[in-house]
Amino acid sequence: MMFRVDRDVLAEAVAWTARSLPARPSVPVLAGMRLEVTGEQRLKLSGFDYEVSAEVTLELQSGEPGVVLVSGKLLAEITRALPAQPVDVVVDGAKAVVTCGSARFTLLTMPVEDYPSLPTMPPAAGRVGSDVFASAVAQVAVAAGKDETLPMLTGVRMEIEGDTVTLAATDRYRLAVRELTWQPGQSDFSTIAMIPGRTLNDTAKALGSTGAEVEIALSSTGGKGEGMIGFTSAGRRTTTRLLDPEFPKYRSLLPTEFSARADLPTGSFVEAVKRVALVAERNTPVRLAFRGGEVVLEAGSGDEAQAVEVLPVDFEGDDINIAFNHQFLLEGLGAIDSDVARLNFTTATKPAILTGGKPVDNDGPEDYRYLIMPIRLSS
Amino acid sequence: MSRKQVIQGGARGGGPRADDTGCPILHVDMDAFFAAVELLDRPELRGRPVIVGAAGARGVVLSATYEARRFGVHSAMPMTRARRLCPSAVVIPPSHGKYSQVSRGIMELFQSFTPLVEPIASDEAFLDVSGAGRLIGSPAVIAELIRRRVREEFGVTCSVGVASSKFVAKLASRQCKPDGLLVVPADGVVEFLHPLPVAMLWGVGERTESALTRLGIKTVGDLARVPPATLKRELGQAAGAHLAALAWGRDERPVTPHTPDKSIGAEETFASDVHDPEVIRRELLRLSERVAARLREGGHVGRTVSVKLRRSDFTTITRSRTLREPTDVAAEIYATACDLFAAAGLQRVRLRLVGVRVEGLRPVEGVSHQLKLGERDLGRREAELAADKAVRRFGPGAVVPASLVRPRFDEMDL
Repeated sequence: MMFRVDRDVLAEAVAWTARSLPARPSVPVLAGMRLEVTGEQRLKLSGFDYEVSAEVTLELQSGEPGVVLVSGKLLAEITRALPAQPVDVVVDGAKAVVTCGSARFTLLTMPVEDYPSLPTMPPAAGRVGSDVFASAVAQVAVAAGKDETLPMLTGVRMEIEGDTVTLAATDRYRLAVRELTWQPGQSDFSTIAMIPGRTLNDTAKALGSTGAEVEIALSSTGGKGEGMIGFTSAGRRTTTRLLDPEFPKYRSLLPTEFSARADLPTGSFVEAVKRVALVAERNTPVRLAFRGGEVVLEAGSGDEAQAVEVLPVDFEGDDINIAFNHQFLLEGLGAIDSDVARLNFTTATKPAILTGGKPVDNDGPEDYRYLIMPIRLSS
Repeated sequence: MSRKQVIQGGARGGGPRADDTGCPILHVDMDAFFAAVELLDRPELRGRPVIVGAAGARGVVLSATYEARRFGVHSAMPMTRARRLCPSAVVIPPSHGKYSQVSRGIMELFQSFTPLVEPIASDEAFLDVSGAGRLIGSPAVIAELIRRRVREEFGVTCSVGVASSKFVAKLASRQCKPDGLLVVPADGVVEFLHPLPVAMLWGVGERTESALTRLGIKTVGDLARVPPATLKRELGQAAGAHLAALAWGRDERPVTPHTPDKSIGAEETFASDVHDPEVIRRELLRLSERVAARLREGGHVGRTVSVKLRRSDFTTITRSRTLREPTDVAAEIYATACDLFAAAGLQRVRLRLVGVRVEGLRPVEGVSHQLKLGERDLGRREAELAADKAVRRFGPGAVVPASLVRPRFDEMDL
């Protein structure tokens, strides 16, 4: 096997494939990246760790068919460091030789016959713009749990009803919901899938940079079993095993009636929360007191350092004192993607809803909602 | 209250009338405290050997009157052994509430002499009376006053050691027990210490003692003559340096008033070893309830939950986990304890003892709670606070978790 390819094209493809390689592989071959030159002068790079698979296909300048397995991490480091010249890869017995300009590397190969075959792509279900998808996933994944001992909370739930996709994630302290439209293969397509949150976010981000459309493929419909989701875009495809579709019945938890509403300029609100939070230790609250046209932000207490700041606010409804984990509040404010942050309250111990306070025009109102549970202060 | 209280002997470097200049530290130790408190309710037992402790096969002696001690009974001794040594003793099961009530009263009495009171157990405390000299009198005068008032107001006796440092004061009170007073003059410390057996030093347990015996060190005087470098080599840097200092009476630790509880725990030795996880979890629940009630009573919350699991062969493991927020809720402590037990991999192993402990305590005031999605305003904590109220009104056991009602002893792996 041999091929010649542009350095930038190769480096980008190798880097993308290497993302899915396991840091601590359960079997040595899983640390490998599989390179295959097909008859049609194409190079296929793939990686797999039994959970996530990734595959990129490139057009080659020239090549002889064949297949080889080399250390993915090492190949990624090498291609990143190569000079901007065409790269030649030649497999010679148990060695693969990478030559680029004056640099030459000899890599050991791994037994390609031991490498597991990648899962086949499930049937395609529909398409969505990669940039829209990436930003929607990022908005929701922020609320997904990071605690691996509670795997069902680390997922992003994707509910598809015709041309509407609803993404939701929660770590029990906040809940992010985003609705977007897509082009389903069939107009009555309907399913629910739980996707590992971090993998989905990484995948969406990586595909988002292509600017093309993402094709989503699904092999499970809500029930139990080995479900799988696949994403294809611009010569790249990746699959991920699904989690159990267990998720809180969150719709009933989203309040629909509010006693107060506050609109604040997102930028200055974020700055003020960050400032007062300097005296708040991890998991301690920032307290917000809304009174007419202003909000008093406070953190710290009693025998500790304290901070206070007052901001003007466009406020309607009953005065309210409410406290939040500042990290949760800031992550929500970072996700709303709007110049105006709107907070809707019911009571100090009921969830508050954060949305972008933009005028009701595009995409209908509130396509993104970030629910945040308050911190109850001891009386 | 330690195994060392049976060790007798040692020289008396002073007495009640010795020079107490520069000796502001008092160690007050109640004499056979639990037993003495029990005798208040049972005066007819005065003069007879009385032992306080659970009577079961695995009970241990918590306290014994001096009449019982004459037979060789001492605290921490297995009850079976104690009964063999002193068959005529009256055994009284402990009622801790009664002791802590008397203890609180006595600690308050100490507070009226000096704010520098450091309780180290329910029946002993250090006092620093250096500030009370002008107002009340010299340390020995205060010590005598404390002894009189404890006797008159609480009907129990105590022994007081007066010295220039905490550890010498503690040794002094031990030397003058029961119902005594001993002043170790500041310039008589070495003279007082050196004839004492080395096991009496604070921090010398059985292991250290046998290490020292191997080196031919029997008395504190022997210890003092060993070069510190040798001690450090034999016992480790910290322990070696510590003992070398103690041997010359050097102890810089101040009396720290109101040492807050660092942890609250409860443990249970099973009547016979248990391997049924169901029974063990039920015990963890009972202990969690007890620990949580004590946390709430003291106004504490803690973030770290630990469990202690002792196998039949006495090998013991402890596992702990730090929670997201501090808690005083039995349900949370229990859930964590069960997780820790499950993760310890001792499911079908026979256990002799289990314990639950909450560490990293802080006052409940100012502690906030991150609400969870769908969490009700009134949760487990409120339910347990209501149970506390019922218990205060109707007594222990008024409200208990359903699984602890009528424990099924037939399941206790007999």
